[in-house]
Amino acid sequence: MGTVAVDGLRKSFGKVQALDGVTLDVPDGSFFVVLGPSGAGKTTTLRAIAGLDRLDAGSVHLDGRDATGDAPAARDLAMVFQNYALYPRRTAYENIASPLRARRCSASEIAAAVERMSSLLHIERLLQRRPAQLSGGEMQRVALARALVRSPRAFLMDEPLTNLDLKLRVEMRTELTRIHRSLGATFVYVTNDQVEALSMADQVAVLKEGKVQQVGTPTEVYERPANQWVAGFVGSPPISLLACRAEGDRLIGAGGWTLPRPRWTTAQDGRALLLGLRAEDLSIEQRGDASLSGELYGLEPLGDRTVVDVLVGTEVLKVKARPTVTGTPGERLQVTVDLDRAHLFDAETGLSLSAAGR
Amino acid sequence: MAVSVDEAVSAAPARDHTPPARRFGGRGRPALEVVLLTVLAVVMLFPVLWMIETSIKDNRDVYAIPAKFFDFNVTLDHFKDVFVAPDGGRSALSVSFLNSVVVAGVSTVLATVLGVPAAWAYSRFTLKAKKDQLFFILSTRFMPPVVVVIPIFLMYRQVGLIDSKLGLILIYAAFNVPFTIWMMKGFVDEVPAEYEDAAMLDGYTRLQAFWKFTLPLLVPGIAATAVFALIFSWNEFVFAIFLTSSDEVRTAPPAIAGLIGGTTVDWGLVAAASVVFALPVLVFAYLVRKHLVAGVTLGAVRR
Repeated sequence: MGTVAVDGLRKSFGKVQALDGVTLDVPDGSFFVVLGPSGAGKTTTLRAIAGLDRLDAGSVHLDGRDATGDAPAARDLAMVFQNYALYPRRTAYENIASPLRARRCSASEIAAAVERMSSLLHIERLLQRRPAQLSGGEMQRVALARALVRSPRAFLMDEPLTNLDLKLRVEMRTELTRIHRSLGATFVYVTNDQVEALSMADQVAVLKEGKVQQVGTPTEVYERPANQWVAGFVGSPPISLLACRAEGDRLIGAGGWTLPRPRWTTAQDGRALLLGLRAEDLSIEQRGDASLSGELYGLEPLGDRTVVDVLVGTEVLKVKARPTVTGTPGERLQVTVDLDRAHLFDAETGLSLSAAGR
Repeated sequence: MAVSVDEAVSAAPARDHTPPARRFGGRGRPALEVVLLTVLAVVMLFPVLWMIETSIKDNRDVYAIPAKFFDFNVTLDHFKDVFVAPDGGRSALSVSFLNSVVVAGVSTVLATVLGVPAAWAYSRFTLKAKKDQLFFILSTRFMPPVVVVIPIFLMYRQVGLIDSKLGLILIYAAFNVPFTIWMMKGFVDEVPAEYEDAAMLDGYTRLQAFWKFTLPLLVPGIAATAVFALIFSWNEFVFAIFLTSSDEVRTAPPAIAGLIGGTTVDWGLVAAASVVFALPVLVFAYLVRKHLVAGVTLGAVRR
């Protein structure tokens, strides 16, 4: 068992409202990612679950039991800190053994568990070193081993991969997913990296300014963002947003363009809207009935693809194209829009106006 | 024949490159600077040298006029007198030295035991009006201690702490606790709180986390802070002379001062007692000098 449920968490630091009514439900055995920009309250949420900070309001339930007032030690959780927090005066072995020593396991049990963990994470030859003698990736693995050495109710991970270089980060991402599958344990994983969130999560909760914006599977969050902010935060290159309004069977853009009005939208006529278009749903190569005309603004070659910036009116559309695409700035272009995959948001509230069952 | 071979050779063409004009301690140092520094050094060091010299001078040479700087008879009688009474028993001065050791030691331990956990709490927890509290603690050190001598004297008389080592220990600890809190808070701030967070998730209580994980990292800071507290208690004079009167309780500073006065002053004894008094602190500070420097530059100064 290992369910984590937080309800109505509120916490302020001085005048800053770090958590403003955060409610999350982490199912047993899931890889639950809390995604958000820095300052969104992700770490504070995790620390609240761990019991490290006192809350202004709200409750934490672990396995259905109210644990709001429990000491961290009583919660039976393990945590990986962003800066690893390895004890500097102790060897890697002692660091990994610490949770077991705190729980008064026998020396032979500890030795066996540390050995098991170190072979799982390939750190056998580092065990006698101190943290200062370890590289970032090695420290990260020791920190992971310290968390994984027990079988706690749930694992809490606070941006454990942020301090690693890109290659190692991609490796560790796969590794973590593998570990999660083999343990079947509950992971609550905090990150500001949407690629991590989309690639590792069963469930993603998107957080902004201490409020939960959306909870769902990675596909749901990407394909059906609940609001304009989530649409903009998730996805790379970022979604392009065009100001427009609906009139009859047409969408009329602030820049003068028109498109057929999508059937799926619940938008009312005349309301200020934002049309959200992802780069992969736009094309400068195919032809379709829904298209926008603009001029080439710039090219961003990314190796496997090129992002073409197209100026439509005064707004820039990011269009995904083949890496071989060429052009000169100022050149006229037709951008074909896959309207079935577009998003409409209310310009005032930012809420999605796509019909739920699309 | 005043010029040595080395000087004669080094004056030769080998030195036609110009040395850096103002290298530290170099030959380019202006003469005026050297003169001023020499004068300063003499002014600063003369009392110390004179004290050491007097402590090993024969009594006749101590009072000799004109004063004898070099050709005096060396004797260790004064040092013997510091520790041994004329009747062969233990001298009053040696008792006061012992009192100083007890009072300074215990008050330092007390201030450290109280101050370090307080510093930790001020560093780690959000408290109501934390800054005001810290300012209040610091403000107790704003006034010169002399200001409260009379009130303390009156209060001590009421509760029977006059002329007791406990009384001195308490007052020194009271003066050292604010200092300890402030200095130690700097050190605790330097130790990331995450170690304790991690320890608590490992299954330790908050106090265990402090005791097993943070405290070992604070040892250099505690050493530096304790030395400063110890030096304060060791040297303290005003409270010692006001609050104690008997030879059994009196600490060394008032005891040494008490040697001066009366019709004749045994300067040799005074000097020897002063040397004995100065030595422990010098030796101790020398032993922990590494921590002292680390303490002054790392802990007390906020980054």
